[in-house]
Amino acid sequence: MYLHLIRSINDPEHPLSLEELNVVEQLRVNVVDHENSVSVAFTPTIPHCSMATLIGLSIKVKLLRSLPARFKVDVHITPGTHASENAVNKQLADKERVAAALENSHLLEVVNQCLSERL
Amino acid sequence: MAADMRLLGLVEEFVSGLQDGAAKDLATGVIDGKCTALEIVEALGKCLTNSEPRIRSRGIQLLSQVLLLSYSSLKQREVEALAIFYIDRLKDHYIITPYVLQGLKALSMSSVLPEGLAVTMLKALFQEVHVQSLMQSDRHSVYTIISNLMDTREQELKSLAADFTFGFIQAMDGEKDPRNLLMAFQISRDIIVNNYELGNFVEEFFEITSCYFPIDFTPPPNDPHGISQEELVLSLRSVLTATPRFAEFLLPLLIEKLDSDVQSAKVDSLRTLTTCCRNYRKKELKEFLPALWHSIRREVFQTASEKVEAEGLAALQALSTSLSKSVIDSDAEDSLDAFLNNVLQDCKHHLCEPDMKLVWPSAKLLQAAASASYRACSKINSCIFPLLLEQFNKHKQSSQRWTILGILKIFIKLIQKWDRDEEDENPLCAFKDQLCVLVFSALTDSSVQLQMVGTSTLAVLASQQDLLSSSDIELSVDHLNRLILQEADPQVCAAALEASTIISAIQPSAFITKMVPALMQDLNTERMEVKDDGEPLAPSGNALHQRSIQALAAISTHPSIVKRTVPVLLQHLTNLQKGTSGNESDMAILICQSLQLVAEHCRGAEESSQYFHQMVVPCLLGLAIQTAVQDCASEIRLGILCEEQVITAFGTVISTAYSDGETERASRTISQIVALYLDGDVSSLPENNLCRKFQPFQSPDSPWPQTQLIALLQAAVCSLPKNIIVPQQERLLERLMELACTSDHRFTYTSAAKCIAGLINKYPAGEQLDSVLQDVLKKIDSGLERNAGVCAQATSRTRVFTLLLWLTKSLVLRYHSLAATLTDKLIQLLTDPELGTEAADGFSVLVSDSSDVLNKATHADIRIMYRQRFFTENVPKLVQGFHSASEDNKSNYLKALSHVLNSLPKQVLMTELPSLLTLLLEALSCSDQVVQLSTLGCLHPLLLDATQTMSLHVDTLVNKLLNLTSSPAMKVRIASLQCMHALTKLPPHVILPHKPRVIQALAKPLDDKKRLVRKEAVRARGEWFLLGSPGS
Repeated sequence: MYLHLIRSINDPEHPLSLEELNVVEQLRVNVVDHENSVSVAFTPTIPHCSMATLIGLSIKVKLLRSLPARFKVDVHITPGTHASENAVNKQLADKERVAAALENSHLLEVVNQCLSERL
Repeated sequence: MAADMRLLGLVEEFVSGLQDGAAKDLATGVIDGKCTALEIVEALGKCLTNSEPRIRSRGIQLLSQVLLLSYSSLKQREVEALAIFYIDRLKDHYIITPYVLQGLKALSMSSVLPEGLAVTMLKALFQEVHVQSLMQSDRHSVYTIISNLMDTREQELKSLAADFTFGFIQAMDGEKDPRNLLMAFQISRDIIVNNYELGNFVEEFFEITSCYFPIDFTPPPNDPHGISQEELVLSLRSVLTATPRFAEFLLPLLIEKLDSDVQSAKVDSLRTLTTCCRNYRKKELKEFLPALWHSIRREVFQTASEKVEAEGLAALQALSTSLSKSVIDSDAEDSLDAFLNNVLQDCKHHLCEPDMKLVWPSAKLLQAAASASYRACSKINSCIFPLLLEQFNKHKQSSQRWTILGILKIFIKLIQKWDRDEEDENPLCAFKDQLCVLVFSALTDSSVQLQMVGTSTLAVLASQQDLLSSSDIELSVDHLNRLILQEADPQVCAAALEASTIISAIQPSAFITKMVPALMQDLNTERMEVKDDGEPLAPSGNALHQRSIQALAAISTHPSIVKRTVPVLLQHLTNLQKGTSGNESDMAILICQSLQLVAEHCRGAEESSQYFHQMVVPCLLGLAIQTAVQDCASEIRLGILCEEQVITAFGTVISTAYSDGETERASRTISQIVALYLDGDVSSLPENNLCRKFQPFQSPDSPWPQTQLIALLQAAVCSLPKNIIVPQQERLLERLMELACTSDHRFTYTSAAKCIAGLINKYPAGEQLDSVLQDVLKKIDSGLERNAGVCAQATSRTRVFTLLLWLTKSLVLRYHSLAATLTDKLIQLLTDPELGTEAADGFSVLVSDSSDVLNKATHADIRIMYRQRFFTENVPKLVQGFHSASEDNKSNYLKALSHVLNSLPKQVLMTELPSLLTLLLEALSCSDQVVQLSTLGCLHPLLLDATQTMSLHVDTLVNKLLNLTSSPAMKVRIASLQCMHALTKLPPHVILPHKPRVIQALAKPLDDKKRLVRKEAVRARGEWFLLGSPGS
């Protein structure tokens, strides 16, 4: 039910959305309302996709902006679909690193571009 | 002599003094006959022969300017002398040429230019002037001269033969300015269309115009000349397609440009091809047909653009049409036949391929080729039908069958496009049996999609003249019966109803013998809901009855059917009274809707309409009156026919019947109805042995079941066209007034008020109307007066208010002079402690369309733009009233205002709203949800379009909008969040200071319990996050 929030995020390298690229799918989104938890697994287009961290970050940021503060948001790579799966997951789970990343104005710019409503 | 001196003075002033105004004075002199052009030449004398070219040019400039203003007053002798002079001047210094051209332009417009001079002029022009080295405006002069002379001296120019064409080719060769090109294209087209000799220059002529094809021109921003790409494209196309002699050059060019990657070039090429095919025949086309077909096919098969596809199909149709018009030589082959063979060969195998990838494009191509002519259609059909029939049987999957049947349907439809001779057999006859089997198998398929397309194909097939036999039709009706009465899917059922409507108009008898009895039987069977659980998919008994009722209306397309269906519906309506299931009133309303549909079908059909008037209207009245009269006698349960909504439904049927334009019939029966209500004359009713008298106007004694039937009287008398005069109108109005002011029954007095309003709206203007209105006004005034201490007053004032409201609407619509007085009364009532809220809501009645009276369908007198007028007249008053009102009443003003604002189109509002802005902002704090919602609706477009004005109030806006995001009403929450989203469109420096606060505040609606609210909150918050961030 929360897929509609992230389906329209643009891919940093394509003119297509994450849903159109099958990066995010309904069945990999898990929401437990009473436990206040949201978990999204995304599948990078290729195992060596260099943008995986950025995509994960975009999803995370979008959810943080769109969900009530009570939710704990977990974004990770679908197991077995990326070469450096663990490293990326660790980065995305680390609050400090996410916050630090968003203070980098260049990175924020790319993330915002992914999140802009397409005309 | 004095005149001469003055002349010399003016000339001197212009040439040496560089005063341009002198030219105008001189021109006025020439026009008034005070001096002549030749005198000016004389006065110019020396400066025309001066050795300094600058002086000479100044002299010529003066003369040309004078001539441009005064050419119509020149005499032939003068024109001759001047023309010879100017032609000679063409040889002079180049800085003089522009002014010489202006002079020649002036002379070319003179109607007395002597014969022969036009030719000399042009010869000299072509010889002495190198057009393309001139400035744009001077080149424009050249084209103007040529065009002027072509308009008036066509015969003389033609004596130049091909030299003229050649001269023009040289003149325009290399032209680049769009303004000049438009002119040059126009001249080129005239040369061709008016049969100027092209001689050996056909190819050259084509080259100098076709080099611009395809035109790619983007007008500069703020272009004052307003030339569009479209204009140039059309103008060039009209040159290129003007003559078949260009065919051998044009067609290869088009084929080449179709290869282009630019979409606009493709579209332009295809459109040009479509246009030129109108003039081309086999002779021109033959050589290029294979290449053209190849290109078109490629475009249709491969393109991703619908536009290119559509143009490609149009071009193919044009080609096929042009070949169909070509004369068939006795010896040569039939080019249409050969071409279509080619098309068929390339498309056929795609229809047979199992993956069906190119099926639709191929079908579209074939269809385009076939729609050119009857001959093309027969040729393609004879080949395509056996093929498609075979394919249908070969494919077993319903999705593939669905595709094939869809294609078949289109080809069947295509045949109807041409009139056949009587004796010609329908070309489909050979395939009829197969088609029927195929369609019927689709109708029994389990796939909904296939059933739907099967139903619509059946409709197309049955509308073909003399194709299906009567047994085929009967079988079809059996299938439709099954789909309507047994099919679970509502879409299929709707498709079946639609098909029944189409077929019944052509084949009424099968529907009378087969469908009507089946539906009747269904209506008469009482089903217990529980019985159905064996078959969970089948529609329940109640839903089935509804379908039968709808079906009866759907097939009432032919008088003979109407006579069968209407009695069934009426009988069922009568039976409903005895029903006990609890949903009778819904069913009664449904029957009324069906009857109304039948009434609409009947319009314009004399026989059915007559029948409807004789049968339905008296029967409905009879039923209603019988119930009303008997109920109070027997004190038993009140029947469904006393319910307000059922009576309203009755009213819509009667209203539809009487709004029909047929004057004579309506005026005959209307007097019976009026007599029925005024005098209790029941002779016109079908069963008139009533147990009691029908006296609706015997107020206050008459009981409400009787008086509320005024609604039916209103439906009849207020729906009449304007030219029918309601009998006993004055008496009727009087009784209605009485009822409206005395009845205690809300539905009764509202209906009476509406009825008065409806009659007054159409009342012819004049003294009589004024006196009626004066009486009414007096009653209203005394009725509205407040007497403290009288308890029963509240109802009586509401009654009078209702009357006032409807009467105001009636007068506002027709721009009556009293409308303003009445509206003012309503505005005053906004501060009334009892009626204030009702008055505020009343404004929505004034400005919105009402469903039963005072609308277009009932022929009311409605002036255009009455809402705008009402707006400009009354909004200032409302605003003023708002400012001076006490706190308790402010919301009433706001509500009234918001009703008026909401009724106007947004683009009209945009100009008025900024002045109302402070008021709107205040309205956001009003506690009334209707006011809040409509205010938000007004603010939203303003936020997007009037950013400057809105920026001034950003603090207030942010505060108030954020407050509203926690409103208890979902719609208000959504609208306020939408406005919050729109706020981000204001200039960044204005809104950025609010960003942290807004983002924090918008976190709350993210957790709203309604999904739609959350959605808007996410949109708005996301947009606010992006504000001022890099990358947004």
